[in-house]
Amino acid sequence: MTAPLLVLGWGNPSRGDDALGPMLVDALAAYAGRALPAGAVDCLSDYQLQIEHALDLVGRERVLFVDAAVGLDAAFAVSAVQPQRERQITSHALSPPALLQVFVDLQGCAPPECSLLALRGRRWALGEVPDAAACEDLARALEWATGWLERFASPQVAEQGVIA
Amino acid sequence: MDTRPLETAADPKGLRRIAIDPLSRVEGHGKVTLLLDDDNRVRQARLHIVEFRGFEKFIEGRPYWEVPVMVQRLCGICPVSHHLAASKALDRVAGGWPVPPAAERIRRLMHYGQIVQSHALHFFHLASPDLLFGFDAGVDQRNIVGVAAAFPDAARQGVMLRKFGQEVIRITSGKRIHGTGSIPGGMNRAVDPAERDALRAELPQVLAWAQDAVALARRLVEGLPPRYADFADTPAAMMSLVGRDGAMELYDGVLRLREADGRIAVDGFDDQRYRELIDEAVRPWTYMKFPYRRSLGVDDGWYRVGPLARLQNCDFIPTPRAEEARQAFVAAHGGRPVHTVLATHWARMIELLHGVETVAALLDDPRITGGPLQAEGPRQRSGIGIIEAPRGTLIHEYEVGDDDLVTRCNLIVSTTHNNQAMNEAVRAVALRYLDGETITEGLLNHIEVAIRAYDPCLSCATHALGQMPLAVSLRAADGRVLDHVLRSSTGELLRDGPAHDAEAAQ
Repeated sequence: MTAPLLVLGWGNPSRGDDALGPMLVDALAAYAGRALPAGAVDCLSDYQLQIEHALDLVGRERVLFVDAAVGLDAAFAVSAVQPQRERQITSHALSPPALLQVFVDLQGCAPPECSLLALRGRRWALGEVPDAAACEDLARALEWATGWLERFASPQVAEQGVIA
Repeated sequence: MDTRPLETAADPKGLRRIAIDPLSRVEGHGKVTLLLDDDNRVRQARLHIVEFRGFEKFIEGRPYWEVPVMVQRLCGICPVSHHLAASKALDRVAGGWPVPPAAERIRRLMHYGQIVQSHALHFFHLASPDLLFGFDAGVDQRNIVGVAAAFPDAARQGVMLRKFGQEVIRITSGKRIHGTGSIPGGMNRAVDPAERDALRAELPQVLAWAQDAVALARRLVEGLPPRYADFADTPAAMMSLVGRDGAMELYDGVLRLREADGRIAVDGFDDQRYRELIDEAVRPWTYMKFPYRRSLGVDDGWYRVGPLARLQNCDFIPTPRAEEARQAFVAAHGGRPVHTVLATHWARMIELLHGVETVAALLDDPRITGGPLQAEGPRQRSGIGIIEAPRGTLIHEYEVGDDDLVTRCNLIVSTTHNNQAMNEAVRAVALRYLDGETITEGLLNHIEVAIRAYDPCLSCATHALGQMPLAVSLRAADGRVLDHVLRSSTGELLRDGPAHDAEAAQ
């Protein structure tokens, strides 16, 4: 049974703030295990967003992408994601819009509603771990993400179509 | 084609410099620099790669039993290869070599699943856009999204083949990523019969797709325009593991080196003695080392690894469909050694087919579902693990202290083995297609096409929003920036911005 909600984060846990995406996904999965009914949400993380992740979107109602971001002024930023045929020179890592376009091309239908939660990152060196400032940003983003889960894991609320 | 004079210009003063950064992620992990004279003649061409810098130090001081899991963080594309190469090396440290038959087969299953998923990703989503649309096609078309739009069946097959390979990894390693299945001395889990059966049910379709992939790769390579017939033709010696009977062998075997003209130079070489066979040199202009054959020295001892080398190094492929495809590859080239790098794509798909066939055979082996999984024996202080990763020979070597902490680590990854070969390919392309020409994005892509054929793995780098994938700067002889073009992460060409940091390097 495919869970209606998917949280999909990516990043390399050994490269500084690139770990923030997987860390948030882990924390959110732990929260869901405690607070939500089984099967309400799937939490996945990977090193990079890649082509086959389009198949992870099949059958979902809503998807939250999570990734560390360069150059953010705030602790985190949330935006809606739409399919977009982007011009890229590599496919070892896709952008969320490009992934949604692949979904459309492969499935022949519109993708689920998707949001991107971008986490402020500053340090990316091998072997570094997120520092106190990054962890503080992560906590604020997690608070928002927990609210997203609560909002859409409840069918009554989901019917209202609320999305960030 | 002799391209060696282009490694270092005789007199770099007065030459214009172009820096290409086609392969970088956040921190500029790979770039090409060209030096041109006033007539746009290429005087120097270098590929610089700086991946993996420092990872050995990152490992030192860690408990050895953590290493097979930790090294997966080298790479988001081939973590399984590092997982298994480290495990093989540390089997010896733990006194657990050889591992029990069940563990050996489960590891093989995991490894060939990795071959399938990685090769599918590379061909369908990285290389095929160049082959399907042409090297000069616009960047808005020359990508996987363009493939999905124009060739949806091929794109779907690529996704499904990769997904199948990843499922093989999941049922053997325990997780889609960061699997922990392989441990020093064996495995910590067997394959669940229900999960095995689910994959077996997919095999007829997956085998058909894999055969289609071989046919497509052959058609695309043979259908290239005549001016690409000798694209990046760079004769090189070929190194890989092979079975003791000369079979293609990707998990465990002996080292074989074949000269560029096809003669076998070294055969049956014990992988634990690899240091007697090869050494590594450094160049002042790149962080990546240059492995070479000790017997020939730094200048003449370079070689090629990866699918094109493996396909020609083995005597046969021990699965019927792939062996038939290998024989067709050999016959199509008149039995002569093949060194045009685009043939790598054809070879890669033959290996993908071999991978699927091998997975099929292993899924039929009842030993993967149980039995003793770990071996024990006298503790050793060091170990070497060599595996044929998707991109080529991968070497992990460790020394471990009495306190079980790693005291020394040396990794020679496939991309490092191919360092000189890729440089030679860049020079061949620069001379053949760029020399004397006005540099355009399409011509620069010719260089990227040659590099891509080797599938250099730079994915250990971070991937984060806001990255800068490519920058080109043109400088006058006095150092002034005459032109600077930034190709953004969405493919837009932007001018008049500041030069990329990486451009300041040699």
